[in-house]
Amino acid sequence: MSALFEVRNLRKSFGGLVVTNDVSLAMAPGDRVALIGPNGAGKTTFVNLVAGNLRPDSGHVFLGGEDVTRLKAAKRVRRGLIRSFQVTRLFQDMTPEEHVALAILQRERQAGKMFGHYSGKPEVMDEVRKILDRLGLIELSHLKVREIAYGQQRLLEIALAMALRPRMLLLDEPAAGVPQSETTRIEQALNSLPPDLAVLMIDHDMDLVFRFARRVVVLAAGTVIFDGSPKDVTQDQRVREAYLGNYANAGSTA
Amino acid sequence: MTVASTDHSSAANLSIARRLADGGLIGALAIVVIGAIGYYLFPNNLALLTRMTAIALLVLSLDLVTGYCGVATLGHAALFGAGAYGAGIAAAHFGISEPLTMTLVGALTGSAAGLVSGVVILRAHGLAQLVLSIAVIHLFHEAANKASAWTGGSDGLSGIMPEAVFGLFEFDLWGQTAYIYGLVLLTVVFVALRILVRSPFGMLARGVREDRIRITAMGASVNSVLLRMYVISGAVAGIGGALSAISTQVVGLDSLSFTLSAEALVMLVLGGTGSLYGAMIGTMVFMWFEDTLSAINPFHWLTIIGALLVAVVLFAPKGLYGSTAGFVSRLRRGRG
Amino acid sequence: MQTVFSIAVDALAYGMVLFVISIGLSVTMGLMRVVNLAHGAFAMIGGYLASYAARDLGLGYAAGILVAVVGTVIIAIPIERLLYRRLYGATELTQVLMTIGITFCVIGITNFIFGPTLKTIPLPPALQGSVDLGFRSIAAHRLFAIVCGLIVAAALWFLIERTAFGIRLRAAVDNAAMAAALGVRTEIVYAVSFAVAIGLAALGGVLGAELLPVEPYYALRYMVTFLVVVSVGGAGSIPGALLACLLLGAIDTTGRYLAPEYGEFFFYLAVIVIVTLFPRGLLGRSK
Repeated sequence: MSALFEVRNLRKSFGGLVVTNDVSLAMAPGDRVALIGPNGAGKTTFVNLVAGNLRPDSGHVFLGGEDVTRLKAAKRVRRGLIRSFQVTRLFQDMTPEEHVALAILQRERQAGKMFGHYSGKPEVMDEVRKILDRLGLIELSHLKVREIAYGQQRLLEIALAMALRPRMLLLDEPAAGVPQSETTRIEQALNSLPPDLAVLMIDHDMDLVFRFARRVVVLAAGTVIFDGSPKDVTQDQRVREAYLGNYANAGSTA
Repeated sequence: MTVASTDHSSAANLSIARRLADGGLIGALAIVVIGAIGYYLFPNNLALLTRMTAIALLVLSLDLVTGYCGVATLGHAALFGAGAYGAGIAAAHFGISEPLTMTLVGALTGSAAGLVSGVVILRAHGLAQLVLSIAVIHLFHEAANKASAWTGGSDGLSGIMPEAVFGLFEFDLWGQTAYIYGLVLLTVVFVALRILVRSPFGMLARGVREDRIRITAMGASVNSVLLRMYVISGAVAGIGGALSAISTQVVGLDSLSFTLSAEALVMLVLGGTGSLYGAMIGTMVFMWFEDTLSAINPFHWLTIIGALLVAVVLFAPKGLYGSTAGFVSRLRRGRG
Repeated sequence: MQTVFSIAVDALAYGMVLFVISIGLSVTMGLMRVVNLAHGAFAMIGGYLASYAARDLGLGYAAGILVAVVGTVIIAIPIERLLYRRLYGATELTQVLMTIGITFCVIGITNFIFGPTLKTIPLPPALQGSVDLGFRSIAAHRLFAIVCGLIVAAALWFLIERTAFGIRLRAAVDNAAMAAALGVRTEIVYAVSFAVAIGLAALGGVLGAELLPVEPYYALRYMVTFLVVVSVGGAGSIPGALLACLLLGAIDTTGRYLAPEYGEFFFYLAVIVIVTLFPRGLLGRSK
């Protein structure tokens, strides 16, 4: 069976520092995978390589059987490979409604139209409302992004990803910087993602990871050191070493 | 939902009123009214007012790339000059002296110059981009100077005799026809741009200004957006150049100069970037000041415009229009 | 052969004058990352002051240079403190506009004070004649400009590579935040570099008066020339600036000799080619 999304022997180094070392990974529709690893493990670099924001030194990225390694980021997006950002990248002077409408129009190849306004298109407006409503942002539709809280900006990041109707979604720390009390909403949003969508999520919050993912991949120093079920990951010796360093050994020998 | 609860017909009326406002009808009306006031207050100064109109088109065009897309350029007069020479050469060498056709030729040559400038300038970022824009305007200038058989070189291109508009309105000595023609052009272009900046493409352009990586992550190509905007910008500046050629009946090398490019940027920032009103207000204020003060002493004029520029950058970074609009909306909110 | 030699001498002299004026701009732009279009305005102030001291007060050429350098630095210090400081970290558009504004003010005020005429700086007798090199003779002031350029390059190289201040400067150019964290007082480094840069601009304005005449719109006419040199050479690189000046000086001078009707066409064509191929300048540091 050919995977929906596959990474083969991906490699990237900056100067002499290897940040992604021969990483391979395959995912099928409906997969919920968490990519975790200690700080500096190369998680965000991996997302940048997959999304096309960085060029790998070698290796390949496939989407639906097609080799997209040489495609620019925008073209990968048009094929359904969508990412969110660890630090929100939103248009400070635009409203959530405008953000989502622009994403929908772009998806429908209508964002190049030089007349008319999205509010005049009922089908666009319906979808905008539906998405904003699902994420609890409907009350804020007409505020500028600079005026809304950070947690809500993170939700808008997810809203944008949903509006683009991904086949494969990369979420780079969707709950980063959000207070614990507000992560519920984000988690609800993640749970309401279409079931046939493949999701690769990076996060530090282990509770979130364990609730969300059915498979966990651990990256350390640019290398995959574990790929398996969430319940096995905490028992894995190499993972313990990667996270706890020598303390793990010290604990076992003492 | 609040909309559903209100009376349906009044909501519809409201949306029509809003649409007219958003569609720039208020702005178009303002242009006509201010234009009429200028016509009756300064009947002996219509040449200046017409020049203001032509330059306003250049500044609007600059606003499209600088204000809406965030590309800093010091070479935008290349697009204006290309339109002026395009219309002028069409009239002087090819006998195309029907004003509307000349304007169309200006728009086309302006677009072509926009495409060329865009291809060169958009390859780089930051300082390199700025330097490329400067190099482009100088290159255009020197090329026009060298091709004197076509452009008249440093003597300027003369022999432009536009026909009557629609065969009815002759271009008179007092410049009344030229002024009204210019005002109509400005109004039409303004309404068209108003529609453009509100359109999905306009939103995309604002997105490019604010975060290019996000635009890419939405699947749009930043360079394609910018290049398309450059071509549109070229058409607008080209219309301004054509208007200048039609109204003054000469085209000089100063229309392709670094100085004009820099002045256009100053006017835009004075009025406020990213707003069509700001572009027009900045042009009016700058050129009115220039006309009044430089008649007294050109160096006093430079000192004052320089000081004004520094003051705007320090104290009113959104420009005269942007800062006033922001102030008014804060006042309103304070009350509401 | 005579022509080739004349072109070479003129190109070298012109390149060296460009270098003396632009090198300060290059260093400050590498350091403070401010697109400074007003640099030529300081060269112009230098030229005006030198002309006033040497011609109107009859103090002589050497005194003229001294007055120009010291006077311009004194004028520039409050401008740096009040205006330039606010530009550190601002957008390019803001920097461009503010420095255009400063340029306009400088042009307006200097012409108001000194009158809107061409300013000559009388050369001392020693620099008026020509120097016999054995096989050729060249104009003495051109030779003087070339020698001054070489001295400035050598002195800057020494300052930056061999002194404690140079170490701090290089650290700040490399990474200002890191340098500050290591105890380098960056604001002092900035202020000193700015003063040196302005002093060199004034010196270049005086030295180059024979090639770049000191006239009312000097600051506007050469506004972009210096910026272009920095961009081509790579901001913050002394060898880069030297290379750019010699290269652009050669292209411009050759063009003027061989195809004067094209004006600066080839100069700017070369700029487009170089900047497109090397967006960070010939010897700019890649990031």
